[in-house]
Amino acid sequence: MKRATCLTLLAGLASSLFAPVASAQNELPPESLQIGLSTDTISISSNFGGTALTIFGALDGADPLIQRQGRYDLVVVLEGPEVPLVVRRKQRVFGMWVNTASASFDLAPLSYIAASTRNLQDITDKQTFSKLALGVAALKLDSNADKTAIAGEFSEAYKTLNAEAGTYSESAGKVEFISQNLFRATLQLPASVPVGQHQARAYLFRNGTFIRESSAELAIVKSGTEQAIYRAAQDQSIWYGFAAVALAVVIGWLGNAIFRKG
Amino acid sequence: MRNRHLGIYLPIAELSVNLFTLLAIGAAVGFLSGMFGVGGGFLITPLLILYNIPPAIAVGTGANQVIATSLSGALVHYKRRSIDFKLGGLLLAGGIVGSSFGAIVFSLLRRYGQLDLTISLLYVMFLGIIGGLMLVESVASMRAAKVEQLAIPTTPPAPSGLQTLIHRLPWKMRFEESKLYISAIPVLVLGLFIGFLSAIMGVGGGFIMVPAMIYLLKVPTNVVVGTSLFQIIFVSAYTTFIHATANHAVDVVLATCLMVGGVIGAQYGADVGQKLKGEQLRSLLAMLVLAVALRIAYGLFVTPDRIYTIAITGAS
Repeated sequence: MKRATCLTLLAGLASSLFAPVASAQNELPPESLQIGLSTDTISISSNFGGTALTIFGALDGADPLIQRQGRYDLVVVLEGPEVPLVVRRKQRVFGMWVNTASASFDLAPLSYIAASTRNLQDITDKQTFSKLALGVAALKLDSNADKTAIAGEFSEAYKTLNAEAGTYSESAGKVEFISQNLFRATLQLPASVPVGQHQARAYLFRNGTFIRESSAELAIVKSGTEQAIYRAAQDQSIWYGFAAVALAVVIGWLGNAIFRKG
Repeated sequence: MRNRHLGIYLPIAELSVNLFTLLAIGAAVGFLSGMFGVGGGFLITPLLILYNIPPAIAVGTGANQVIATSLSGALVHYKRRSIDFKLGGLLLAGGIVGSSFGAIVFSLLRRYGQLDLTISLLYVMFLGIIGGLMLVESVASMRAAKVEQLAIPTTPPAPSGLQTLIHRLPWKMRFEESKLYISAIPVLVLGLFIGFLSAIMGVGGGFIMVPAMIYLLKVPTNVVVGTSLFQIIFVSAYTTFIHATANHAVDVVLATCLMVGGVIGAQYGADVGQKLKGEQLRSLLAMLVLAVALRIAYGLFVTPDRIYTIAITGAS
C-alpha cells in the first residue's frame, strides 16, 4: 500500500520534471519545493482535544524579487483516509423524521484540513482549483452511483457536516514564510480527527500560476488501552464477545455477593 | 481537555463522555432494578440514546449490561429454588432462535439507514403500552384498597380467546416446578418473540416476559421472576455475543461503567423497595416508563438539528 503510493508519487514527480524539459526547456520553473514532518506518526490518547500540527517546508530557487513582493503563495493540505460512506437525508413522514433519500460515495476523505498564505480566491482562479481538486469547494467526492444533482447536494451536505465538526477546514494566513526559503504551515487538527493514513500536500503558486507540489505521509493512531480494545473488537470479535460476556458474569456475580452482605 | 479527570473515552462508541454521568445512569437504573425487581435494559438503552450514544451501540451494550443484572437476580432465586429450569430452558431455546433472527433484521435495518428510527418506534410502542397498562392497573388497585380497605387482586383479564387457543394446542408438556401441563408451542413462541426484541432493543425483556407468563401461560407467580431471569441471562449473553461479532456494537468500557454503577445502585434500591407498597411501587414505575416513552416520541417528531447524517460503510 505504502510502496504503491510512493511509486505513484515518484512517477508523478518524474512526469512533472521531464514533461516541461521535453516541450519547453527554457520555461522550466527554477523553484523546487519540499515539505517535511517532524514525525511520521502522531498517536492520540483518549482525552485528545485537538492540536496544532506544524509542517515545515523549503522553497529553493525562489526569485528574490517575486518573493519580496509576496507573489509566491502556498496551500498546505492534510487529507485524511478515504472511505466508502453513505449520506442520508431526513424528511417528515406522518410528522416523524425518517431517512428517505441517500447517496453513497465510494471514496470520500474523512478529513480535509487546509492552510494557505492568503484567502484561496486571492491566490488563483476557480478553474485552477477545480483542475487541482484543491480546497474544500473544489474537492470531488468519488461517487459511482449517480453523478446527478442529488449526488451534488449530498456531497455539499457531507462537506457542511464536516465543516461543523472541524474535520473540513480552510484557514488563510496560516502558512507563513519564516525566511527567504523556509515556510511554516499551522494546521488545526480537531478532537475528532480520524485515525488512519493521512497525506500532507503543499501546492506552490507563483503569480497565481500553479508550479509545484510536494507531499508527505502522516499516520494518526490511537494510543494505549482504548486502541487495543478497539482493535480487539474489530479483529478478534469472537474473543471480544466472550470477554464481554465473561466480564458481565463476573460483575453480576460480585454484585450478588455484595448484595447478600448488605 | 475540559473534563480531563472526569472524561472517559469509549473505544467502540468513539466518543468521550463523563465518567460520573455513566456511573450515575448505571446507579439510577440499578436503584430502580433493585426497587422494582426489573432488569433495567429497557431503561438503560433509551437513556444511553438520549445521552448521544449511537443507538446501535446503546442496544449492544444494553444487552451486555442485562447479563450482569439478570445473573445477580437469578442467583437469589436459585437459592430460593424458585426457578423452573425446564420451562426456562424451553423459553431459552425459542429465545436463541428469536435473537439470531433479530440480529439479522438489525443488520439489515442498519444497512438501509432505518435502525435508529425502528429502535425508537419499538421503545415508544412497548414502553407506552406497558407503562399505560401498569398505571391503570396500579391506580385501580390503589382505589380498590382505599374503598374496601382490603387489597383485591386486580389481575387484568387476558384475552380469553387466546387462552383457549393456548390450551387447545398440541405437544403438551409437564412442568413439575410450575405445576403446569401446557403445550410447548406458546412457550417457544414467547421465547422467540422476546429473543427477537432482545436483539433489536437491547433489553432482557422481563417487562414483557413476566406479565405474559402470568396471564397467558398461567405460571405461578413464585417461579415467574426467577425463571424469567434465568433465561434472560443466556439470551442476553447470546445477544451480546452476536452483536459483538456481527455488528461490532458492544462497548465494554461503557458496559463496565454501567454495571459497576448498577451493582451499587441495586443495593439501595432493594431497601427502598421493601418499604413501599406494591401499588405505589408499580404506579411510580409506570410513570417513569411513560416518561421515557414520551421523551423518545418527542425526539421522533421534533425537527432534528441536522437533516443529513453520515454513515461509514467500509473500513479505510
